[in-house]
Amino acid sequence: MIPTLVQLAYLVATALFIFSLHWMSDPKTARSGVQAGVAGMVLAVLATWAQPEIIHHAWIVVAIVLGFVVGVPLSRVSLTAVPQRTALSHAFGGAAAGLVGTAKYYLWLAEGPENLTTFRMIAIMLEIVLGYLTFTGSLLAAGKLQELKWIPQRPVTYPGQNFVNLGLLALALALGGYVVLYPTDPLSPALFPVVSVLSLVFGVLLIIPIGGADMPTVISILNSYAGLSAVAMGFVLDNKLLITAGALDGSSGLILSIIMCRAMNRSFTNVLFGAFGQVQAQAARGEQKDYKAETVEGAAQILEQANLVVVVPGYGMAVAQAQHKVREVYDALRAKGITVKFAIHPVAGRMPGHMNVLLAEAEIPYTDLVEMDEINPDMPQCDVALVIGANDVVNPAAATDKASPIYGMPIIQADKARTIFAIKRSKNPGFAGIDNELYFGDRTWMLFGDAKAVVGELAKHLSGGSGMH
Amino acid sequence: MQRMIALAAAVLAAAAAPVHAAEGHAAPALDLPSMLFVFMLSTFIGVGVIRRVSRLLHTPLMSLTNAISAIAVVGAILVTGSDYPTHIRFLGAVALFASMTNIVSGFLITNRMLKMFKTRDGGDKAGRA
Repeated sequence: MIPTLVQLAYLVATALFIFSLHWMSDPKTARSGVQAGVAGMVLAVLATWAQPEIIHHAWIVVAIVLGFVVGVPLSRVSLTAVPQRTALSHAFGGAAAGLVGTAKYYLWLAEGPENLTTFRMIAIMLEIVLGYLTFTGSLLAAGKLQELKWIPQRPVTYPGQNFVNLGLLALALALGGYVVLYPTDPLSPALFPVVSVLSLVFGVLLIIPIGGADMPTVISILNSYAGLSAVAMGFVLDNKLLITAGALDGSSGLILSIIMCRAMNRSFTNVLFGAFGQVQAQAARGEQKDYKAETVEGAAQILEQANLVVVVPGYGMAVAQAQHKVREVYDALRAKGITVKFAIHPVAGRMPGHMNVLLAEAEIPYTDLVEMDEINPDMPQCDVALVIGANDVVNPAAATDKASPIYGMPIIQADKARTIFAIKRSKNPGFAGIDNELYFGDRTWMLFGDAKAVVGELAKHLSGGSGMH
Repeated sequence: MQRMIALAAAVLAAAAAPVHAAEGHAAPALDLPSMLFVFMLSTFIGVGVIRRVSRLLHTPLMSLTNAISAIAVVGAILVTGSDYPTHIRFLGAVALFASMTNIVSGFLITNRMLKMFKTRDGGDKAGRA
């Protein structure tokens, strides 16, 4: 019997998806995880396609081919652009859910209004509201990450913003509630598009006030929404495979969001409604302190004397594409018998785990990438902390200055190292517009310039003076 | 680990039990409680499994779960391929394209990133301080 076979195929696909995620617990088994995921997906698609009620095949083939045409180039973007690609795929996921929900509502309205039970309508409403707001919100996030010129990078805020946003959401939910209760009312087919449009607008308004430094959290939250919209689709279509896979995605987004929020000592509501950018007004306080600059030669000499060097990478390293030059420094130092570790802050970069992927791309062994909590106890023994394009994640004000907007955020304690070198493009404050006391510390020396150029010079000096050790 | 397997078994059992519900043609009786069961248990499994994912791999994790949640492709195929009015099927086809893009790019880029995670090649260890 075909229906039973299809359900059994879904059952196996579910198990494969769970194993897929389970194998992600270790880099050694992770690639089997991808294979399990692919196998589950192929099985689910074939089983669905084989059902007797699928009688039109042309459009399915065309859509699948187009999916490959767009999907393959999207999988080859540079690793710096992975956050944008991820946001874009959340947008696609949200769009798919919203469109299927819309299609199902109008289908049942015309051909079987008895299907529009209150429960199904609730599921459809959740599906389209979550789906459409994820669609526009993720598109906007992708645009901000891509630094498109016509999309403001800095948070956009205005008085009464939260009031407007919540009012809009309340209006959408109220209209949606009407459609849920009276799905076949003559007004409802007209209200349905209104709710859809309100959700699309809400997605934009939700992301506009959020700045680049908060992107790791926002991407995680949107990930969660995309998963939940798939769950809602599962409820609409009475399909347990969709519910399970969506729930796996949703819980993944949820956990990543929690990790990101903890790493910034902020709450969900604070990230979404707190408008981080507003606090930067206080940056102008106090007298102008002076940086101590150091030459690359001098830095190289001190690095050569070290036993333990800890590199703290940040988004600046990604922007400058400096990771391959960092690898050269890593090789040169290790050739001199110096231990080199990388200290990875959970929110360094523009999405969870961003730094790890970039450093892995540069073929730095993952065993030398160390989490914040593990590296901090070693920082007092660290001879040189080399800060490359990181700012807020090493700012000691997070621990000491109650007035600082990042107060309470756990940091990598680069300030505890015996010597600190910080590579910075210019003397301007970082993305959040906050002064970083670390740069003015007694043991801190600045290396000004493009991260890639400075690190490249450093590598040259370290490997060039072969007889110096 | 054992707890996870027990949870997985529970979900699989719940997912397998009410097979007939989806197959009726007009107004199938919705099996709401078992759907909620599946949702709850798979959320617990999701949280349990994801918490163990290495922090090194959070970026590939996200692209992998992206691809997996593009299982929405199943719903899109049903809408696109069934004997429905053209405009309904068109919405389905767009959704099918979007999901398929996520599946293809999600799995490919996850695999590409995971290939880069390597341990230190042997022979190099003598240089350690």
